[in-house]
Amino acid sequence: MIKIQQVGYTYETSEYKSIAIEMIDLHVEKGDFVAVIGHNGSGKSTLAKLINGILLPTEGNVFVAGMNTKDDKLIWEIRKTAGMVFQNPDNQIVATVVEEDVAFGPENLGLPQFMIRERVDSALAQVGMSEHMKKPPYLLSGGQKQRVAIAGILAMKPDCIVLDEPTAMLDPVGRKEVMETIEKLNRDENITVIHITHFMEEAIKAKRVVVIEEGKVIIDGTPNEVFKEVAKLQDMGLDVPQVTLMAYHLRNSGINIKEDILTVEEMVEEICQLL
Amino acid sequence: MSIIIENLSYIYDLGTPFETTALDNISINIDQGEFIGLIGHTGSGKSTLIQHMNGLIKPTEGKIIVNGVDITDKKIKLSEIRKKVGLVFQYPEYQLFEETVYKDIAFGPSNLNLSDSEIDKRVRYAMDIVNIDFNEYKDKSPFELSGGQKRRVAIAGVLAMEPEVLILDEPTAGLDPRGRDEILNQIKRLHSEKKITVILVSHSMEDIARLVDRIIVMHQGKIEIVGPKELVFRHAQRLEEIGLGLPQILYLVNALREKNIEIDSNAISFEAVKAELIRLVGVRND
Repeated sequence: MIKIQQVGYTYETSEYKSIAIEMIDLHVEKGDFVAVIGHNGSGKSTLAKLINGILLPTEGNVFVAGMNTKDDKLIWEIRKTAGMVFQNPDNQIVATVVEEDVAFGPENLGLPQFMIRERVDSALAQVGMSEHMKKPPYLLSGGQKQRVAIAGILAMKPDCIVLDEPTAMLDPVGRKEVMETIEKLNRDENITVIHITHFMEEAIKAKRVVVIEEGKVIIDGTPNEVFKEVAKLQDMGLDVPQVTLMAYHLRNSGINIKEDILTVEEMVEEICQLL
Repeated sequence: MSIIIENLSYIYDLGTPFETTALDNISINIDQGEFIGLIGHTGSGKSTLIQHMNGLIKPTEGKIIVNGVDITDKKIKLSEIRKKVGLVFQYPEYQLFEETVYKDIAFGPSNLNLSDSEIDKRVRYAMDIVNIDFNEYKDKSPFELSGGQKRRVAIAGVLAMEPEVLILDEPTAGLDPRGRDEILNQIKRLHSEKKITVILVSHSMEDIARLVDRIIVMHQGKIEIVGPKELVFRHAQRLEEIGLGLPQILYLVNALREKNIEIDSNAISFEAVKAELIRLVGVRND
């Protein structure tokens, strides 16, 4: 689905040069759910922008469903295939009514009216926002606005959605709404998800976690494989879920407990076996 | 510096069809030097409450007494309140506006009729607390800084007022874990060194559990629960019902209790729970 081949990216102005991506080689299969973590300045957002052609690699190539992002003629096809959702819910909504905002993309594809209607209705249903379709966006909560932004992408019928910290500005309720929407799209619609986040409880919901530091992939694996690297993650200034950290501390205190615990349930089971 | 809030109510658009009660008869005492966590989901009234504490909003009914002075009194000068109570808004970096970091931080104190040397002292002090190097950054434009640095400069602007009460509205929203920990550790240090009163609004129960002494839970404009964190976190079900929750480690503790495993009810912090688990597993293994 997404092939990032030997990609480097350097921001360059007349005054300075800054290497954001040193070298990344990453393949994401159709239907995968990849969480990308790393602290600010690690290159995560640059990576996201490279996937949908907002930035073009200064080295190597990025392919989206076989299309090279460097090919000018394909850029709209690429953005239709891999849609992007950003952090700030207030910066992404352009129309004054929810349904019009979702219709913005398909209208620009020149689709007939009945097809636009169909796509808008189905996109709003997928994110659970059908009942709000006639509302002005300012009446929505942050989580609802983000779901409208996701619906706007879905109306383009993408194969892949790239989300750059979509929950960073939301409260816990909004965060949960957005996460449930993302998980559902991946599970039920087989949409490939690339989710950039600082919240580890969100990262553990992914099928694969990629840790980026200084423009390189440091760890890549299932959530269990990645989060058992507690010391490494902490050195990078990243969080691990509290139960994972607890298991790590207990092991260090000489208790024989599994090292790849991610959830409360797993931890309870392990402790009960030790008693 | 103590804060006494008596029967505080606030109604938006009073007397119109859009009348909305944002705060409904709130009474609470906050003592000098307390570290308070203020939690509640969006729309619960938290922000309206903290804006009252620094005089940005006048109550529809009730009183707010800060260190013996009724700040709801019409004769009180707002500058007097602002000197005592510093409020750091959400995303405070959006409010940076000066040409240099120095001027931005000095803006508040320079409106207090202080001498230049006193202002200079305060800017240095505030930059030290937020760990932004004075010589390296004083002449930089705030807009050249990273997100986390901008946030810290904005907080320094409030600290330079040397407030006796510091209120922070989600000071770490949108930061990465390292940026978050830096700011929270600086606030903790400020609280323990200067003995000022701190009120922290946060959605992170982990941060609340780690930092504060007492928690105020707001819901629909009322105080739903108030008390030491050990007691407040016992209301797991109610907290969930109103869109909040517990730190993950306490979900673990509760799940173990449901299996009749005994854990000290005062174990709230990560370290305390860890000690309990070691005790349990260790004891049974012997």
